[in-house]
This record gives sequence, structure tokens and C-alpha cells, in this order.
Amino acid sequence: MADTQASPANAIRIRNLYKIFGPRAAQCVDLVKQGMSKAELNATHGHVLGLKDINIDMPGGGIFVIMGLSGSGKSTLIRHINRLIDPTAGEVIVGGEDVVKMNPHDLREFRRHKTAMVFQKFALLPHRNVLDNTVYGLEVRGLPRARQEQTAMRWIERVGLSGFEKSFPNQLSGGMQQRVGLARALANDAPILLMDEAFSALDPLIRMDMQSVLLDLQKEIRKTVVFITHDLDEALRLGDRIAILRDGEVIQQGTAQDIVLKPADDYIASFVKEVNRGRVIQVEAVMRPAADGAHRSALPVPAGTTLDDAARALALAGRDELAVTDASGRPVGILAMADLVTAMVPPGDARKGGAGPAG
Amino acid sequence: MRGGPEVAAPHSVILPHGNFRTGLAVRCDKTRGGRVMDWLTRFPHMNDDTLLLLKKTIDEGFRTFTRAYGDSIEAFFEPLQYFLIQSERFMTGTPWPIILLIVAVISWLASRSWRIVASAVVTLLLIGFFDMWEDTMKTISMIFVCTVLSIVLGLPIGIVMARSDRLQHLVNPILDVMQTMPSFVYLIPVVMLLGIGKVPGLIAVVVYAIPPMIRLTNLGIRQVDRDVLEAADAFGSSGWQKLKNVQMPLALPTIMAGINQTIMMALAMVVIASMIGVQGLGQPVLKAIANQYFTLGVFNGLAIVGIAIIFDRVSQAYGKRLQKHLEVVHG
Ligand SMILES: Nc1ncnc2c1ncn2[C@@H]1O[C@H](COP(=O)(O)OP(=O)(O)O)[C@@H](O)[C@H]1O
Ligand SMILES: [Mg+2]
Repeated sequence: MADTQASPANAIRIRNLYKIFGPRAAQCVDLVKQGMSKAELNATHGHVLGLKDINIDMPGGGIFVIMGLSGSGKSTLIRHINRLIDPTAGEVIVGGEDVVKMNPHDLREFRRHKTAMVFQKFALLPHRNVLDNTVYGLEVRGLPRARQEQTAMRWIERVGLSGFEKSFPNQLSGGMQQRVGLARALANDAPILLMDEAFSALDPLIRMDMQSVLLDLQKEIRKTVVFITHDLDEALRLGDRIAILRDGEVIQQGTAQDIVLKPADDYIASFVKEVNRGRVIQVEAVMRPAADGAHRSALPVPAGTTLDDAARALALAGRDELAVTDASGRPVGILAMADLVTAMVPPGDARKGGAGPAG
Repeated sequence: MRGGPEVAAPHSVILPHGNFRTGLAVRCDKTRGGRVMDWLTRFPHMNDDTLLLLKKTIDEGFRTFTRAYGDSIEAFFEPLQYFLIQSERFMTGTPWPIILLIVAVISWLASRSWRIVASAVVTLLLIGFFDMWEDTMKTISMIFVCTVLSIVLGLPIGIVMARSDRLQHLVNPILDVMQTMPSFVYLIPVVMLLGIGKVPGLIAVVVYAIPPMIRLTNLGIRQVDRDVLEAADAFGSSGWQKLKNVQMPLALPTIMAGINQTIMMALAMVVIASMIGVQGLGQPVLKAIANQYFTLGVFNGLAIVGIAIIFDRVSQAYGKRLQKHLEVVHG
């Protein structure tokens, strides 16, 4: 199962997507294409520019994070993937098919079988208990009740809610309600999982906990997860790839490391300053090329290890240099403890000395 | 006059009309105040003859319509007649202890409150003790049929109305008229069309009592949380699945409030409808008015109050129970 879902069949490609809110959106789209700004459009035509010329490739089987501040258009963008919102112009291609062109019947089938969604405010059915909420997607698909319940019970257990099947949403805490939301989405067994600020309403500790649940699950299920957040730390922790949105435009996309090491502009740089770099940057990004044969004392560490983990390994081993190894175990680079620590400190803060961000 | 076999003896000695005429006949003295004053004090109304002609034409038109279609319209309402008769036969034919038991069980199922069950039973016992059992059963039967009919008609109208703003703008003023029009006025066309009897009474009551059912169904569905509805959409629900799984269950407490109001309005209207042959507690009230039997009027009036309270408490308690899962207990 893991292999099929990681295939390009579940990749999402968004092309030249525009969304303008207002009664004469179609006429306004040309103005925007000619360069009219969001503020200008609102002032002169009273229309709200939701999304502007979005082009994103989301590979199948990975977690793609869309990050941006409140009002930047994140919810609008994710709702285009299952067409809860119709675009003003552009294409949303999922597994080779343009969602924008589907007729109502095909769209319903697409939503039933290809996507599942988790919402910021949970959006559970208040009159149904946990079990009856979890079966919802399967019920809509018309599966036999026994199968619905069997699948639902498995996911209720998997998200840690065993024993609460008969509870109603209003009897559960926020964290537990969102577990129900997650179980409901996962029970659908759709290859694409859409999560709109799914953890934003939760307390920090519970949020961390839910992030771990998602990451653990993702190792098994390898779905295409589209995850929305306004929290850069969350984005960096979860995202295989990240797109940053501002005023309806993508201003940078790439891996977590790309964004931390090469912020596209000052706006992103100001965010990135505050993040824990040691958890994001990987050893091969800051290593020096290996000089053959030397450094026999270096601790071998596989490429892809974060600076945090590498520092911990060095400290435990009591050494002060590591050798980055490729998949076959051959050393490809060298990193000294001193350089490693320097890389963990944000560039602007280096002169402050003792105030390192370790931990 | 046409009418079914169950036509009530029209001992409806309706209020004497004469007084109105003599009262209004007093006119101002025309010689004082010039033409201008006259023009200002008397509203420059439509020519008397034209107005008379207008009223006559409309009435005549309606009468012609009645003569032409009255019978087929009556045939159309035949099933209602049957429903009414069966329901009344059940209520009056069933031994009173069984009726009491049924009322107690329904009250319990709806409210889960012994207090409400006990007060319902005691009220009915008192009504029976004061020899109003038979009339009360007829009234309850009538209210039951009216409520069922109001729900059957009002629910779909409310649902359709919730889906279209244009329809809402169209229907709302009609409902306003239906609710504010003096209830007596409904009796006129209904009697012209169908004569005196149960069915015309039923129609008059339903027209009067259905607006809250429609309004609150519409309101309840429109108030459904948009986030939950979006979730239903995201999982690929069809329109019917959304209605059945989300909109109706979430609107149900509001719809129950509509049913409650409809019952109350129907109770108010059955007394008036007794003028056109609806049997039950309204008949003695009417008789009491005509003959100035104070005690008879008060007793029957109190019986109506009694069953109104039963209906109200039971349906409200049920509505409250439906709402329990919406209260936030945690988080
Ligand atoms: N239905 C709508 N009508 C008009 N403007 C809207 C609508 N939905 C969203 N917007 C606007 O689009 C922008 C992006 O909104 P949204 O996607 O909800 O942002 P985010 O999820 O990033 O907080 C905001 O400026 C918002 O006001
Ligand atoms: Mg949002």
C-alpha cells in the first residue's frame, strides 16, 4: 500500500491559480494578471484578492506544508484542492485529473474516495458520538455498517480514543475532539489528507503530541498530506516541503532547510531568525568536503541527520569531529563540533556569544 | 350550504350585526365647514359605486369558482375528512383509562420527567371530573390532525425556503399576512368553498397555525454551523445526505420550537373554528358567549388552558432534551 500511495498518481499540481472574492471576479482577474495589487483591487473594485498566480507541485506520499500568517489565503488555497471553493482561474490537477473541470457527480466521487479533510475547529457532528462521527465518510460512501464500524474502531484505537466511542463531542477536550477529526479523516483511507490548521486550536503540549501522532502515522500510511499552519516551527517539524504564502502569493517554496538557510526575503528571514536551527539543518548542508584517508577519529553519521542529533551523538561519544556518510557508508564530508555549533546559531546572533539557542 | 354528515347544529348565534351599522351611521353635519374642510376630514376615497362593483365582482367571481370547482375541491380533501373522522373516533371511542395511559407514556418518553407526566394526568382527570372529557378528546384529536398536517406541509416548505433567498423573500410576506390577518377572515372563503364542517375548520386552523412551523424550519436550517456543513461537503455528501445527516438533526431543536408554537396557535384557533362546525371545547364556549353562561365558558376555557399547558410542557421538554448534546460540557 505504501508504494502505491507514494506514486505520482497522488501528486497535486496547482497551475496559475487565481481566486478573487466578489460578484464580478471574472472581470477582475485580468486586472490582477496585469499587476494590480490586493489593496488596489479592494479600493477600486471592492473585490478581495484571495490567491494570486499560485504554482505548486506537491509530490505524492509526502507532507507538504503551506505556511502563512492569518489572512494570507491558506484556507482558501487548501479548499481549492477538493474544490470547496471554486477558483476564478487556473488548474488543480490531482493524479492527472483537473478538479476544476469535474462535474458535480465526479466531484462528489472524488471527495469520497480521493480526499479526506481535518478542520481547525474540528467540525464534528455534535449530535453523533465518536464512533458515529468516525464512520461518517464511509457512511456517505454507502459501505455496509459492519465494515464502517470495524474500520472506525481501528482508527479510534490508533489515535488513542479507545473507550470513548460512545462519548459525544461536547464531552471531550479539544485535543480529543481533534483526534476524532483525525480518525474520521483516516478512516476514509483516502490517499490525500487535507489538514487546515488542524492543530492550531490545541494547547502547545497537546499540539506537539498530535504532531508526533501524525508523523508516526505517516511512516506507515505514506499519504499525500497537505498541512496548513501559521506556525513556522510546526511547518519545519512536519513539512517535507514547505510553501510560504503572503497576501495570497507564494513567496518561497522548498525544503525546511532551504527556507532556513536561504530565506527568499527579509520577511521570511525575520521569521526564520526565531526557529531552532539545530532541528532543521542537516549535517551535509554545513560540512566541509572530506579529505581522503584523514580524520580516522571522526564519528560516522549518516547524511540527513539534523545538527541537534549530531551534536548529541558527538557529546555521547566524547569526540569533537564527525564524518558524514552516504547511503553506502562512505564518508562524504567532515564537520567539527565548533562549526556545528556555529551553524546552530542564527547568523545575526553570532556576536552575542554565550546566548546559544541549544535545546 | 354544503357539508358532511358531521355538520354541527349551527347554534352559532353569531354576534348581532345590527349594532355596527347604527353605530357608524352617525355622520358629521355637512353644512358647516366648506368643501375643503370636507375634503380634509373625509378621506377622498374611491367612488362608492365603483367600490361596490369591485367587491361584488370579486365575490361573484369567487362564487362562480365555488360552483364550478367546489365539488372537486371537496373530493380533493376527502382523505383529510377520513383522517379526521378516524382520529376522532379513536380519541372518543377508546376507554378513558387507556387514553390516560397513552398520554402518560408519551409525556414520559418526550420529557423523562415524572412531574410533567403527573401534571398531565391530573389535568386530564380534572377535565374528566368536570364532564368535559368528550369535548376535550375531540379538541385533542383536531389539534393532533392540524399539527400533523402543519408539519407535513410546513417542513418541506421551510426546507425549500432555507435553500433559496429569493423564495424566502417571497414567502415571508405571505406568512406575515397569514399571521396578522384576523383569524375570522379565514373562515369566509373556506366556508364559501367547502361549507360548514370539520374539513373547512381544519383548513382554517392550519392556515393560521402553519407559519411558525415554516419560519422556524427555515431558520433552524439556516442556522446550522457552516463549518459542520463544509465538513459534510468535504466528505462528498450529496444534498440529501447533508439534509438527513446534518441539517435536519441540527435544526431539530428549532423545528421543535416551531411545532410547539404551531400547536399553541392551533389551540387558539379551534375555538374560533367552532363557529364553522368544528366540534370540541370551542362549541360550549361559543354557546356560553351567546347565552351569557359565565361558568360554562370559564370551565371550557380552563380545559383549553389545561391541554395547552400539557402540550407546551411536553413538547418543550422534548426540545430541551434534543438540545443537550449542543451544550458545551468540556473544552
Ligand atoms: N468568502 C469570502 N469572501 C470574501 N473574502 C474572503 C472570503 N474568504 C476569504 N476571504 C479573504 O481572503 C483572504 C484569505 O483568507 P483565508 O484563506 O481564510 O486566510 P487564512 O486561512 O490564511 O487565514 C482574507 O483576506 C479573507 O478576508
Ligand atoms: Mg484559515
